[in-house]
Amino acid sequence: MKLTGLQIFKLLPNKNCKECGSQTCLAFAMKLAAKQAKLDACPYVSDEAREKLGAAAAPPIRLVSIGTGDRAVSIGEELVMFRHEKTFFHKTALAAQVDDAMERDELLSRLQLACSFLVERAGERLALDLIAVKETSGAPERFAETIRTVQEKCPLPLVLISRNALCISAGLDVAGSSRPLLWGAEIAHADEVAALAKRFSVPLVVEGPGGIDELTALACRVEQSGVEDILLAPMSDGAATRLRDFTLLRRRALSRSFPGTGFPLIMSARGSGYEGAVAAAGGICKYASVIVIEEPALWEYLPLLTLRQNIYTDPQKPLQVDPGIYRIGEAAEDSPLLVTTNFSLTYFMVSTEIEASEIPSRLLVTDAEGQSVLTAWAAGKFNAEVIAKAVTAHGLTTSVPHRRIIIPGYVAMISGDLEDKLPGWNVMVGPQESADIPAYMKDVCKKRGQATL
Amino acid sequence: MPYNYMEIQKKSTSHIHAVRIGNTPVDGGTRAFSLEIGGQNCLPFHHFEGTYPNRPIVAWEVTDVRPHDWCDTAAEPYLDVLDEPIAWARSVVERRGARLICLTLRGTHPDRENRSGAEAAELVTRLLREVNVPLIIKGAGPGEKQNQVLSACAEAAQGERCLLASAVEEHYKTPVASAMAYGHAVIAETPIDVNLCKQLNILISDLHFPPDRIVIDPLTGGLGYGMEYTYSVMERIRLQALDGDAMMQMPFICFVGQEVWKVKEVKVPEEKEPLWGDRKKRGILWEIATAASLLYAGADILVMRHPDAIAAVEKTIDELMVKT
Repeated sequence: MKLTGLQIFKLLPNKNCKECGSQTCLAFAMKLAAKQAKLDACPYVSDEAREKLGAAAAPPIRLVSIGTGDRAVSIGEELVMFRHEKTFFHKTALAAQVDDAMERDELLSRLQLACSFLVERAGERLALDLIAVKETSGAPERFAETIRTVQEKCPLPLVLISRNALCISAGLDVAGSSRPLLWGAEIAHADEVAALAKRFSVPLVVEGPGGIDELTALACRVEQSGVEDILLAPMSDGAATRLRDFTLLRRRALSRSFPGTGFPLIMSARGSGYEGAVAAAGGICKYASVIVIEEPALWEYLPLLTLRQNIYTDPQKPLQVDPGIYRIGEAAEDSPLLVTTNFSLTYFMVSTEIEASEIPSRLLVTDAEGQSVLTAWAAGKFNAEVIAKAVTAHGLTTSVPHRRIIIPGYVAMISGDLEDKLPGWNVMVGPQESADIPAYMKDVCKKRGQATL
Repeated sequence: MPYNYMEIQKKSTSHIHAVRIGNTPVDGGTRAFSLEIGGQNCLPFHHFEGTYPNRPIVAWEVTDVRPHDWCDTAAEPYLDVLDEPIAWARSVVERRGARLICLTLRGTHPDRENRSGAEAAELVTRLLREVNVPLIIKGAGPGEKQNQVLSACAEAAQGERCLLASAVEEHYKTPVASAMAYGHAVIAETPIDVNLCKQLNILISDLHFPPDRIVIDPLTGGLGYGMEYTYSVMERIRLQALDGDAMMQMPFICFVGQEVWKVKEVKVPEEKEPLWGDRKKRGILWEIATAASLLYAGADILVMRHPDAIAAVEKTIDELMVKT
């Protein structure tokens, strides 16, 4: 719960000593409430007040970081159940799993695929975040050796998965300084593993097969033993149970009234082929902060990372692409020229349909502050003046021999105005809906009896 | 007003309308069974705090003319029947277990084969004779032509309780009147917008059309192409419905296949983008991931194309329908 200035004021010593730099305790309290001051500025604050204010200032779900340096991943600190209420902040971290029983060749090829995957999409770089190393050999030496190989070949932070305390210890001796996420605190030997997590100061996954109440009780115990960075792994069987457990844990965390719930959630996506991918998709939609993909395949990465990009996009902010000229297909200067706005969705739909028409074209994307064609037109951000300016600014007045530009059907009313502003140009009115672009383009080409406009 | 999910669990006074598709002889039709969607009084698959009586249904898309622009990987399972809608529908029902067919009348579009309403109605008549599962009849896009086609098909399918697609704000009276006259249900389509969705449901209800025969099409964006807008609009509509807004309490239909199989990511061959991996599996997963996400957002009918994608989604629905 966020405290108001008055509630904070009641917790302050009320000495009005001015040592904090404010004239009165009340003024200082108001600054604290507005996050314009730090409590440390008050030399006389009581421990009790510090604890109350600290708890109130802490986010409902702890922010946990995995790894070190520029590949470190932050998860948690979510504030809402539904993305439209604000947004989801820290993207689900996706981990590709390897295990220490694998043949070296298989291990290396899986690492190579996971680490080299990098795709630029809608202005964002999509890549995997973590490598999970699972111990199945029962041999501490072999686990340590596998971790060494992974660290050598791959810059991603690690998740170490083992239920064997000796193996965990051997693994931490190798990788403990790189802040891996440790997954091994099941109820049977939670205290022992928690002690290791504390010694190496690494984040720890707590799991319990007995439902979420038992799980959060265990998390409280681990927290009391001095481990601060905890993740919860409900051992939910099947999609419906997982949805229930993850939903209830997120709700309880946000309500701040259930001890042991205020931590990010982690799951394993089991099964080969589509099964593992579907489980991961469910986790991305519904509250998983880390997903370990047990049997990763290259063809899963782009769809899953695209889904994550979708779900973690800020719904309050229109997605934009950079204004400019986009070449679609093998477009040249004499290819058709179309124009639209820089709202991502508009751009994606228009460019996809132009591509589908199989007529290489150039698409001029104007800066409409991320609004769609009609909205931008209504706001005066997509009119004859704007388009003419963009045509001139990009040097198209001299580099388009045919001097024809196709505008969206929804702004047909500006065509006359645009012809006045672009002397010598022929303005053509395209379809209203992007889906009709292929038919329109083919039709125009047919009428002209050539492969270009 | 933010919706209070803590409170909503305690009151289950509002529920989504149960909509019947397909009439058996008991109700004056010839279908082998009826399907019911909707009827839940809680968020998607929240069995632990409400009732979720009906499982979401996958509808298999069948087209009246050969779908030349279907992506090759989506068309490949149907190569032997692509030119023959009746054989196509029979094969998905008899060989693949389809329980709902979506007949897409693409060939009636003026820019394509420009088939007449009478031709479309004749096809519907034959299809109803040859195949005994419930039917969605989808026009080729809003406008005068679609109105003609839908009313001819609605008449041909009188009493069968088909689902007609679609009524849009500029053209809602004819589809709704056809559904009313011949006993069908209707899809209300609006462009990814909560208020427009409500507005159209009000307009349709003002014609005295029963709310338990309306299905909402929120307009589906494919994964990576607007899916996130559809997803949140569906969540918002469903939350308002459960919060008591009568004009939002209809089940959802999502046309997944048509959106997914046109995007770049299902078409680009491996040799061009080696990092994207196996093209066929990638495309199928594109359809699965879009459908699965929309299930979590509240989809009650998913219209899909690839049998492998449908099988994976059916399996997920099985899992999600386990009582918790």
